[in-house]
Parts: sequence; structure tokens; C-alpha cells
Amino acid sequence: MSTPNIVFKNVSFQYRNQTEPTLKNVNLEIMPGEKVLLTGPSGSGKSTLDSLLNGVIPAEFPGELHGQVQINGREITELDITALSFEVGTVLQDSDAQFVALTVAEDVAFALENDQRPVPELHERVAQWAEILDLPELLSHKPQELSGGQKQRVALAGVLIDNEPILLLDEPLANLDPAAGKASMELLARLADERGLTVIVIDHRIEEALQVAFDRLIILKDGQIIANDTPAEVLQTDVLLKNGLREPLYVTALKDAGIDVAQLSGLDDLPQLELPAQMGQQLATWQASLPQPPVETKPQPLLRGEGLNFGYAGQPPLFTNFDFTINAGEMVALVGQNGTGKTTLINLITGFLTPRSGSLTLGSQPLEQLSVKERAERIGYVLQDPNQMLSQTMVFAEVALGLKLRHVPADEQQTRVAKILKVTGLYPYRNWPLSALSFGQKKRVTIAAVLVLEPEILILDEPTAGQDLAHYAQMMDFLADLNRDLGVTVVMVTHDMNLMLSYADRALVLDQGRFLAQAPPAEVLTDQAVIKQAHLSHLSLQTLAQKAGIADAISFAEKFTAYERSKQHAYQVEN
Amino acid sequence: MPTKLKTDPKPIAGSQQRAPWINRLSGTTKIVILLGLSAIGMVSYDTRYLVLLTAFAFIFYAAARLKWRQVRGLVYAIIGFTLLNLVLVYVFSPHYGAEIYGSSHVLFGSGFFVVTTEELFYLLNMTLKYIFIVPLILAFLYTTDPSELAAGMNRIKIPYKICYAVELSLRYIPDFMREFKQISLAQQARGLEISKKAGIWQRVKGSSQILLPLVFSSLDRIEVTTRAMRLRRFGTQKKRTWYMSHPLAKLDYGLIFFTVVLIVLGIALFQVNGGRYYNPFN
Repeated sequence: MSTPNIVFKNVSFQYRNQTEPTLKNVNLEIMPGEKVLLTGPSGSGKSTLDSLLNGVIPAEFPGELHGQVQINGREITELDITALSFEVGTVLQDSDAQFVALTVAEDVAFALENDQRPVPELHERVAQWAEILDLPELLSHKPQELSGGQKQRVALAGVLIDNEPILLLDEPLANLDPAAGKASMELLARLADERGLTVIVIDHRIEEALQVAFDRLIILKDGQIIANDTPAEVLQTDVLLKNGLREPLYVTALKDAGIDVAQLSGLDDLPQLELPAQMGQQLATWQASLPQPPVETKPQPLLRGEGLNFGYAGQPPLFTNFDFTINAGEMVALVGQNGTGKTTLINLITGFLTPRSGSLTLGSQPLEQLSVKERAERIGYVLQDPNQMLSQTMVFAEVALGLKLRHVPADEQQTRVAKILKVTGLYPYRNWPLSALSFGQKKRVTIAAVLVLEPEILILDEPTAGQDLAHYAQMMDFLADLNRDLGVTVVMVTHDMNLMLSYADRALVLDQGRFLAQAPPAEVLTDQAVIKQAHLSHLSLQTLAQKAGIADAISFAEKFTAYERSKQHAYQVEN
Repeated sequence: MPTKLKTDPKPIAGSQQRAPWINRLSGTTKIVILLGLSAIGMVSYDTRYLVLLTAFAFIFYAAARLKWRQVRGLVYAIIGFTLLNLVLVYVFSPHYGAEIYGSSHVLFGSGFFVVTTEELFYLLNMTLKYIFIVPLILAFLYTTDPSELAAGMNRIKIPYKICYAVELSLRYIPDFMREFKQISLAQQARGLEISKKAGIWQRVKGSSQILLPLVFSSLDRIEVTTRAMRLRRFGTQKKRTWYMSHPLAKLDYGLIFFTVVLIVLGIALFQVNGGRYYNPFN
């Protein structure tokens, strides 16, 4: 029996500028070589726990620590951020900010450079780790030339080169497309097994993370541990959904069908899961009773691009003779792997970029002569990062800004802003400073600020990035309501396959400047070739349907997600 | 989103076909040559010496094998600036040459703006300083790997935190430019008109609206970057090593030695000339 390398005994922590502790009486032991997934809703104390482990607390955020934290047998109070860095390697969420050098090789060598290791040793160990993480041909590349997955591998190499026994990853799945996210988790699992690393992954994308085997799933809420067990056992309980976290969809489906999941072992490992025939039957019967969601077709074109040509200077053309159509009143998901032209296409539509040739028309109006500002009045664009859009200090002023700059009379500004704030549920916050809002609330402010101009089309880049299930569902239902009640056409750029299936009428699958598919999401998700080529992923619901012998897997998935939405909706109304 | 900023492969720019010897020079050597020669070149007004430095500088320029189109913009700008500078020096002190050299050979004109051989000779010396320093800077700018620059600076005892600050700014310039562009466009979409459709005052006033988000996002970025660096022990030791530093080769030592000889020669000439100026009018 080995001794744990991380021990928390009755740990409470309170930030200096806060009135209540963020962590409350946390008890935890993690054994060497364990792979742990740590999750929890926003504000649950995940980041605080993470910062305690790598020394960012107290180095950057002082506060009061009670109880005992031991790492590899040493008291944390005796270890500073530097001493801890030899025990715990940290990969930050923003792998771009983690990249502090001019080239891959230098970034991998960074920690050793700071330890004054001799130059030949730097070269030797960088070469060794580049080999392990499949980076050799990238060593002289600059950060701007790498994909998200590659940056993450560089970050891993730059941390693992120290041979720390514990590896801490903060939201490793953010910013990756589904295929890259899966590859990243698999790599991590392989490294952990080969090198006997203790791995702690902090993420709220539970289903995606559990594509590889974890030994433990720990859930934090309000600074306390509310679950700490094998993933299979945690999934058998209702603790995830009850606390605003997304459960793997296949688990929810099994539970909704009334199947006793306590009977199923290895519930976290769907590919290996053995579903007894009688349970399969139960699932099939249940799904047959669900109503088939209506399929609406909205064939009236609203926004059209024809013969578009575009390429970045010094690079091969990205779009050649490219056509696309967005229909009036539809909700469209624009999907595809990172770097394949999704953002570029949006930028061409909004006028952020100018095509070399080709035409864009909205309704009957050509867009070429319109400036960015003029286009924004008809095509609202919500960027992924709200901080790039917000420029005022107060919520009301921020939402009013677009009207003010367009010289709308003051009293009309008041009424229009008030109306939009009510629609978006921000009215109670109208006199709040923006700095006091959470990321999700800021995102909502940017949507309000765009909607106040009453655009015909709303384009959103990753509308739900960085939000837990409760906020995710609120945001998406809000968009669906807008679409249904106000007839606003919605275009969403997303990596989330569930979102696409639940909310989009149509999916546009982009790959290297051309469409691989333009079809209902269900059709896209059943096309093996498209999924592979565009770095998408299967739904776990499809795998489950196959196991249960349900022939029409995708219609099962559609029915289930529709059912799920109505259930969540009812839940929100209740609360 | 890829941008057009990712043009330069290894050095800041440059023709890389066969890696001329100048590319193999260590960053340290280049910094020593550049700093040493510009210092002595700025002080000295000995025409013969400046001609020697110019010849030396052109050896480097030739070795860098720069294409004219790569540098012409910069060269035109510098020529323009130099001419302006010469005219202004003349306008403000047309008698300065006569003062320095203690004689006055009038070529033409009279009164305050009289043109003397001494003044022209003085201006010639000033021009020579530019003629030697510009090719040297261009040659080094286009053949130095930015990664090596920090290592090179650190070797000549510049504190490594300062050197790394230089490296970090090179690292983040492309990101910063992209961020700036993105924010600017996002603000235009909000309703800020800074395209040609707006007046100049409107555009200047509008640009200030871009600053706030830019400052906030940069501060956030700095915080995360600092954390990333601390988590990998930056700044914990008195010194650090550099992946990109390579030991000085014979050629480096040779050139550094030659630079020292040139500097000593320049100083010796002060003795011979009895000051910074070489005076052919005696």
C-alpha cells in the first residue's frame, strides 16, 4: 500500500478580499499514478483547489488557509511556487498564453533554461521530449503557426520535461475541436500510464473527458466535495444533473428510460458497456413512446454568397468560387475543425475581411458597399470573447452604445434598451458595472448589445464556451426563443455536437474552404466520412442506440434531445 | 485565424538560400559590433576613419544578400530623414563648420547663410555616419534570429530579465496586432465609424473607444503570461541559460577582435587629431 501524494485534511481557504471561505473543510487523498477528473459548476472552488496545488495561492492570491495540505509528503506551507513546480506541473487553460517563447523548442526548454541547465543538455532533453510528444518537425515553429492541439502538446512537453510526478491540467478540452480533444485526452492517458504520473484534470466537459479512463471523479460544489468515487459509481447517482453539471447523455437516456443503472457496471466506459437484452428492450420501448420532433424546412433564402474568392496574403486561397445560403428564420450550426475557415467565412459576411471577388447579398441588398458599421445594423455578430466587444463601464451604457453611436434619440434609446434588457434577463443588472459580471453574464450583455440594433441575422461564435450546463441551457433556450418568437435568423459557430443536434435546423460542415455537407444535423452525424474529415464526433447516444438494438440511432438521438430540452425548460420555469 | 503576420520563417527576415557566413555569427558578436562601432562612429568626425567604417559595414551588407525590394522602403525613409536633418543643421548653424575648423573658405553667398567649404565638410562627415550605420543595421536586422537576440544580449551582461522582456515583446507583437485589429473591427460593428465614410475627427475620437478593451485584454494576458512563467520558475535564479545561444566560433572571436582594434584606432586618432575632428584646412 503506497502513501497518497496529495493529502487535504480539513482544508478551508478564504481569499483576503472575500467575506466567506471559497473552500470549506475539504478532505481528499490522491494516490500516486491516479487519474482524477475534478469538476463542479462555475464558482464551486475548482480553480482555488488548482491554485493551492501549484502554489499560485498564496503567490498571487493571498488568503487564509486552515487545515493541512501535503504534497509528496511535504507540508504545503513549507513549499513556495518554485519548490512546488518540481512536484506539480501545470498546463494552463489558455495554451497560447502558456507559450512564452518565440519558438516551440525554446518554450519546451523554458523551465530548464531557468534552472541554468547547460545548453547541450537543453538540446538533448528538448529533442527527447519532442520525440515523445510527436513534435520534432515543429521545433522551429512559432506559436502563431500551431493548431490548438499542437500548442497543448508543446505545453505538456514544456511541463513534463521537469519530470514532475503530478500533472495538473486546467480545462484541457476548451478551445479544441471534438477530434483534437479526444486525441489530447488519449495522449494524456498514455503518458500517465507510461510514466506513472498522477494526473488531475479540471474540466466541466465530463462526457468528453471520460472518453479515456479515469480512476476517480470528484465533484466540488460551493467549496465542498459532494462526490468522490470512481466515475462509474458517480454516474449511477444523480449528483451531476442535480448540481447543474452535464451528465454524459447516454447515462441520462438510460436513467430517463427508467433503467436501473446501479445494475450496470463500468457505466463510464460506453464502448465496453454491456447492456443486457432486457434493458435494451426497455430503452427501445421508451424511445418509441417519445414524440418525433417536427422537422421544419425554411427555404426562403436571406443571406447569400456567390462565387466568393478569398485567401490570406502569402497563403494559398482558402475560398475559391464559394457559394453559401442562409435561409430566413433558420437556426444554423457552422461546424468543422479548427483553422478550416469558419471564422474567416463569418468575417467575410460581417465585412471584417473583404473577399477578392464574389458577391454577398442580404435579402435583395448587395453588401459590398456597406461598411462594417452599416452591416452590423442588419447582421449582428457576437464574438467568442466578450471582452473584445465591451468598451463601457456600465451595463446599460454598454447596451445603449450602438444606438447612441447611430444617433437614435435619447428617449427611444431608453425604451429599446430597457426592452432588450428585459428580454435577455439583464434588467436587474442594468446599473451594474460590467466588471462585476461573470463571463456568461458578459456574454449575455454582448448579445443584448447586438440585439438592440434589431438585426435580421445573429451570428454567434461559440455561444456556450466556458459555461456550465445550467447557463448553457439558459443561453441556448434564450436563442431558440429569439429565433421562434422574433424570427431572428441565428448562425452558430460551434464544436458542440449536442448543441448542434439539439438546436440547429441545419448544419453547414466546412472543410478547407468548401462544404462537406449542408444537411440536417442528424444526417451529418450519421455520415461516417464527414465526421472523420471534419473532425466532428459521434454522439454517445448513437453508440447507446446500437447497443440497445435500436435501428434508427439518429432519430433516437433527436427524440431524446428534444425530450431533454423540454425537461430542462420545465425545470428552469420551476426555479 | 491565420493572419498575414506569419510571413517570416527564421530570422526577422532575410534571404536564406545558402546561409551566408553572417547568418552563422552569434547574436553576441552582432550586438558587440553594432554597439561598439556606432558608439565610436557617432563620436568621431575623422573622415578617413568614417570611410574605413563604411567599407567595413558594406562587407556585412553584401554578405547579408538582401534584396533591394526588402529594404528600399526603409532606405528611402532614412535618406529623406537624413536630407531633412542636413538642411536643418545648415539652417540653424551655417557657421558651425567654420567654428570647428577655425577657418572660413567662402564658396558662395554672403551674410548669415553664407556657404563655406568647412560647413559642407562638416555635413559630409555627418552624412558618412549614416552611410556606415544604416547598412550595418540592415544587415544585422535581416540576418539575426530574434530568439538568439535575447541570448546574445544576455552574454554581454545585460540582465536576463531585460533580455527576456525583449524576447517576450517580439513573441507578443503578432498577437497584440491581431487583438488590436479584432477589437477595432468589433467596435466598428458596435457602431463606431472609422472607415473612410467618417470624418477625420470622428475617426480619431473613435479610435479611443478601441483602447479600453485593448488595455483590459492586454492586462489579462500579462497576468496569465506572468503566471505561466512563474510556474516554470522564471526569475528564481541569478542567471539563466538559453536554448538558442551557441558558443562563439573563431569567426566571432576574429570579428570581435577586429572591432576592438577599430575602436582603439578611432580613439588613437583623437590623440593624433587633437580632438574628435580631422581638420584638412590647416
